[in-house]
Amino acid sequence: MEDMVREFVGESRENCDQIDLDLVALEQRPDDRGVIARIFRAIHTIKGTCGFLGFGGLESVAHAAESVLSALRDEEIAPTPELTTTLLAFVDVARGLLDRIDATGHEGEADHGELVAQLTALVRPGGATYAALAVAASAGELLEVDSSEPHETRPTPGRTVNGGKLAPAAAMSDAGETSIRVDVALLDRLMNLVGELVLARNQIVQFTGANGDATFIAAAQQLNLITAELQDGVMKTRMQPIGNIWHKFPRVVRDLALACDKRLELVLEGESTELDKTLIEAIKDPLTHLVRNAVDHGIERVDRRLAAGKPAQGRLVLRAYHEGGQVNIEVIDDGAGLDAARIRDKAIERGIITAEQADRMSERELCRLVFLPGFSTAETVTNLSGRGVGMDVVRTNIERIGGTIELAGTRGVGSTIKIKIPLTLAIIPALVVSCGDNRYAIPQASLLELVRLAGDQARDGVETLYGTPVYRLRGKLLPLLYLSDALDQAVPHNHDEVYIVVLQADDRQFGLVVDSVCDTEEIVVKPLGKHLKTIPVFAGATIMGDGKVALILDILGLAKRGRVVAEGEPRGRLEAAEITSATDNAALQTVLVVRSPDDGRMAIPLSRVARLEELRRDIIERVGPELLVQYRGEIMPVVELSTLLLERRPSPRTGGPPAWPELVQVVVFAHAGVHVGLIVEQILDVVEHSLASPRRPGRPGVLGSVVIAGRVTELLDVEVVLRRARPGAAWAERDDVVAGEAVARGA
Amino acid sequence: MARDGQYCTFFVCGLFFGLEVTCIQEVSRAQPLTVVPLASSVIAGLINLRGQIVTAIDLRARLGLPARGADERPLNVVVRTSDGAVSLLVDEIGDVLEVDAESFERPPDTLGAEARELIRGAYKLEGRLLLVLDLARTVDADVGN
Repeated sequence: MEDMVREFVGESRENCDQIDLDLVALEQRPDDRGVIARIFRAIHTIKGTCGFLGFGGLESVAHAAESVLSALRDEEIAPTPELTTTLLAFVDVARGLLDRIDATGHEGEADHGELVAQLTALVRPGGATYAALAVAASAGELLEVDSSEPHETRPTPGRTVNGGKLAPAAAMSDAGETSIRVDVALLDRLMNLVGELVLARNQIVQFTGANGDATFIAAAQQLNLITAELQDGVMKTRMQPIGNIWHKFPRVVRDLALACDKRLELVLEGESTELDKTLIEAIKDPLTHLVRNAVDHGIERVDRRLAAGKPAQGRLVLRAYHEGGQVNIEVIDDGAGLDAARIRDKAIERGIITAEQADRMSERELCRLVFLPGFSTAETVTNLSGRGVGMDVVRTNIERIGGTIELAGTRGVGSTIKIKIPLTLAIIPALVVSCGDNRYAIPQASLLELVRLAGDQARDGVETLYGTPVYRLRGKLLPLLYLSDALDQAVPHNHDEVYIVVLQADDRQFGLVVDSVCDTEEIVVKPLGKHLKTIPVFAGATIMGDGKVALILDILGLAKRGRVVAEGEPRGRLEAAEITSATDNAALQTVLVVRSPDDGRMAIPLSRVARLEELRRDIIERVGPELLVQYRGEIMPVVELSTLLLERRPSPRTGGPPAWPELVQVVVFAHAGVHVGLIVEQILDVVEHSLASPRRPGRPGVLGSVVIAGRVTELLDVEVVLRRARPGAAWAERDDVVAGEAVARGA
Repeated sequence: MARDGQYCTFFVCGLFFGLEVTCIQEVSRAQPLTVVPLASSVIAGLINLRGQIVTAIDLRARLGLPARGADERPLNVVVRTSDGAVSLLVDEIGDVLEVDAESFERPPDTLGAEARELIRGAYKLEGRLLLVLDLARTVDADVGN
């Protein structure tokens, strides 16, 4: 009996999904007899089984709904938007009851008399008749579901999974013989076993390399082939068409469009594109979010569309297709699009970027800013042609499953969101590298290229930029991260042979320096136990061909640890201290902390800093009171931090070289195309810190003070540095210290 | 707390420990260990247990005992936990012993705080004491952090 109830619930849910779809379809094709008949059959099936199992409540509601359909079928009444809405309400009630039955085994005591009355009222003579067809026709325009492929209602043989494909009553009878329902847990177990078989296969194949027996090699090859085929087959059992999650969108879009008073057409393309069940679940919420966003904010109201010379009906396209072992999903709308200028203004206002940074950014880069957490506030969303609510969450969810998300759009024309996700997560291609005695697997998805430097190339190729190793990859500086350093392993760097694995993390590229590159291999991803889950640089572990365990590197985690990618985006795992400071992340800034004279601390927003340099003392020339240095083909004025801070300045120097060390540390600012250097005692650190509400300034050249890492740290007024370096400023200062101070105060 | 029953026994640094047989999955000889960089010193590494990746906890480190010599090969006592199997690295495996609940005694107050956290008590066997480990605390997730 229990089994029957469970089966009834599963089947009826599928029927509800189908009714949803068909009701929306009926709005565009009010006279489609086939659709009416299908809805009728589905409701009839629910009603019939309810009666058999003794769920009287659901039975009575279904009966009332069936009567409506019966009247529709006999052309006694015509479909109207109200009729559709009421029938959709029935579907919702039925789903609620099914959930309850599923959870408790009973349908509960809820009274649905009102719904029954509403349904009955629809059939009553004097209600809507064919005279109301005109209304129906206009409703048809409201939303049009156009599927480039016919609704696939028949389960594909051998691939039906629990809760999977829609199987309407009509198709059930003849498809029943070629498909069976299988417990998902069983499929998961099979998948695990196949994973282990793949590992055993790898071991045997490796073993055959060393043992030349012909029969053995033949058998191993056979095993190899069968395993590959089996792996493929079992993977397929877990594959589901993306249509499974798309089927609810027509309903979502219809309801939303009605609520926002918009007209739009939803086009679904490539519904049968298949991907792994776990991935389907993972993209469900992000996709729903994107679709809602597009309807809510992307597509404009009818009047605005007409004013912009667009057709009154908006168009939202969901498209899925396979490409290069990945699944591509596109959400395309012809709405207001993205307004790069507004994104730019908002980002500057929120302190996410500076105006100078913004000037250097392309439109595409600007659009990507909406994925930053700072954008995800309600206010921004309404102001910003809508895109942005929780876009960082969408991105996080997509990236968690190894996918990428891209956004493009033109103001006024529409926007396109492109998501790429892997087909499956269980078995992935990976590059195996070694560092010290250990081997590590790098998912191919993050891999861009490999660079090997040997001999002189290896010694000269790796340069250091202020202590940070870099490599010139086709003329662009690629920051390098030594794997051994990132993992705190005491392995000496090899200077005769350098292997650089060029990786992509977030939007950045960086080079991971490893001891050697071993091979590419299909690896079976296994999760780490609870003791190790908190280490952000590992994504999991796998078993190699020789039976040893290798760790899988989490590229983003590694990049953050190596500070190759800014930590300003609080995503994924964060340390406790970071979480507290990140609560107000809009105010967080990356600041450079330097040592000022007398061992003080001074902070400079890193966004204002163009470069950090170490200059030889002897190239800094004194011209009158001005300090100048030849820098990158120009003459750059240099200012000493100590002279900026008037109060601490020792008695005015009247010449003679100051007591600089051999190498002078200089912070270079760029302003209006001109560089200005600031000599500091020492560059200490780069930290994330909020610079909001500093204590009031104590002296000129200082904006105020905050506490960073337990030390009172003064905020440098960068403007003062720039002003001081202006030609003539230093001359004025020599004549009159007070005048200099006035300049410093910006008087 | 103390029941009659069978205990799987093992030695760590000369100390005689026991865990209830029911929580033991298996005992295996030394396995190649994959060291996990950045992990706590208590985590000895990962082992491949017939296709299953199992975290190995070094009981010497966990109990604050001196480290094992480079040439000494630890044995694996694989235990079942809520988070799947975890291996405890021990020096030597003893017999499975039948114990009498009446011979159990809680640890004396003079026991150090660290040991008190992990040792539930001792069975007074003939000629020696069998220390009973608190498994849940021994494999606690915080160990790794």
